[in-house]
Amino acid sequence: MKETYKKYIKVVIGLIVAYAVFQILFQTGMINSYYNRIIRQIGIFLISALGLNLILGFTGQFTLGHAAFMSIGAYTSAILTRNFGVPFLLALIAAAFTAAVLAIIIGYPILRLTGDYLAICTLGFGEIVKVFIQNVDYLGGARGISGIENKSGFTVIFVLAALCFAIIMNLIHHSSKGRAILSVKEDEIAAQAMGINTTKYKIIAFAIGCGMAGLAGGLFAHFSQFIDPKSFDFSKSFELMTYVVLGGMGSLSGTVIGTSILIALPEWLRGLSDVVKEYRMLIYAIMLVSMMLFRPQGIMGTKEITVAGLKNFFGKIKRIFRSSSTSVNKGKEA
Amino acid sequence: MTEFLQQIINGISLGSVYALISIGYTMVYGIIKLINFAHCDIFMVGAYTGYFAITTLRLGFIPALFFSMAVCALLGVVIERVAYKPLRNSAKETLLITTIGVELFLQNIIKTKALAGPNVLNFPEVIPTATFKIGGLQFSNIQLITLGISVIMCAALQFLISKTNTGRAMRATSYDRDAAALMGININRIISVTFAIGSALAATGGIVFGMLYPKLEPIMGVMPGLKAFVAAVLGGIGIVPGAMVGGLSIGLIETLSKVYISSGLSDAIAFIILIIILLVKPTGLFGKRNVKV
Repeated sequence: MKETYKKYIKVVIGLIVAYAVFQILFQTGMINSYYNRIIRQIGIFLISALGLNLILGFTGQFTLGHAAFMSIGAYTSAILTRNFGVPFLLALIAAAFTAAVLAIIIGYPILRLTGDYLAICTLGFGEIVKVFIQNVDYLGGARGISGIENKSGFTVIFVLAALCFAIIMNLIHHSSKGRAILSVKEDEIAAQAMGINTTKYKIIAFAIGCGMAGLAGGLFAHFSQFIDPKSFDFSKSFELMTYVVLGGMGSLSGTVIGTSILIALPEWLRGLSDVVKEYRMLIYAIMLVSMMLFRPQGIMGTKEITVAGLKNFFGKIKRIFRSSSTSVNKGKEA
Repeated sequence: MTEFLQQIINGISLGSVYALISIGYTMVYGIIKLINFAHCDIFMVGAYTGYFAITTLRLGFIPALFFSMAVCALLGVVIERVAYKPLRNSAKETLLITTIGVELFLQNIIKTKALAGPNVLNFPEVIPTATFKIGGLQFSNIQLITLGISVIMCAALQFLISKTNTGRAMRATSYDRDAAALMGININRIISVTFAIGSALAATGGIVFGMLYPKLEPIMGVMPGLKAFVAAVLGGIGIVPGAMVGGLSIGLIETLSKVYISSGLSDAIAFIILIIILLVKPTGLFGKRNVKV
């Protein structure tokens, strides 16, 4: 028990240090407001992508309607803060809760499907949500909602992203429920035979993942200050999926890397030159296909970046250097 | 009553386009169990190729149609060879993501300035529109041509599948790929042929769609593509006549719901149907075999 607490304290200290470093960089102006915005954007989509990784990577359920849950969260929180004056944090909780409850209601019937059929079903669900919002006047219809207060600061996003990461990490790697969820991915029939209620665990994972999408949606609404149904269509779901796939399905640190690369890269390419700017989406597509052809498991596979792993990695590099220098010396002697 | 019949006519002409697209989905699914998301973009490329064949190459309607079919058939085969073939035995997710990657690629390559640019293009009026009136009902010649082309194409396809050697090989491959390979069928060739036929039909769909709704944009394929997919599932995925019936039904349902229920919600209705079918009878209307879902 003591060991675990020690570990938690170390993690918290690490997070505080990281947060302090970011804040110092912001305050001193080393990261300007443009990069600050990109970093916040990465944080928001990271929360959503982590949720998607729980569903797609850890539970193995192929969903293409993740953006719809983001839109549900975004609309819930925007309506609450704008029309009812609910405090921001409360609205965020409501956003996550609404998305999760809806995920349970939707997930109960459709999670019986598998593979392609589930993908198409969730895609259809996403379109239904979009069309529904477009046709309800109270939600702004196709015009969307504008004039949402800008409240998603770096602190909120950082804390929530870290929290979501920790929730999934603990759920998957340190609980019996996590093992059950992983077993659903590995072999559903075998899991059932071992007495695991697979439907229950699929729904749990789906609800948590979609709740995170709702949370990210709430943050996004108060970040971009404008939301419309079109910005959450299935191309957004595809985009979220590419973040997860690039990083590696089943690796949380991979998701962090994937999301950061795929949001920062287009911004960076935009700055390079006009030619690259025109072709950046093309580059993105080629990258996705070649990734699937040559490294389908993503950057990290199912591995995580850990302190021990990093130590091991640098130790190896050191050893390689040492052995190469000694071999060079030996060569000289000979 | 006249209005109802009028909507039926409109629905059938729209549905025949959906039928043309959904055949491609169904054939590819039948043979390699893959939902080819890029198929709707081959439809889009078909419409654009038709546009360029008519405006730049100054071809007539029929040559432009054949030109576009040839280009798309080639494109379909190349996509299959380059992107899907190396992954044929890998995880399903990997393949699905690849199709999405190909979809993004096609949309964005059309968007580049060298090809069509991001702006909306107007499909040229290659055949002057004429309207006929029979007892209060309005037909346009475009609607008749759409229906005619779809019927001809479907009949040709049905002949190909049921009467020729290639068709027999295709049926065998879709029934059991490994056994078909053991019987001496060249699986790679059959899969290429399937992609070529599906893509050529999508190209025809693209051109007639362009004539019905003369607006070309890089994402024009997405919604018709999704609805055609719903049509394929409705008819029983993997079954070609099912796709035709499914396409017509979806076209009718969409047109009628636009008029009698709500024009805004008609897009959602197709997907609600999809979800209901998947939950109640995932094998579709014509599905016989016990499909594992």
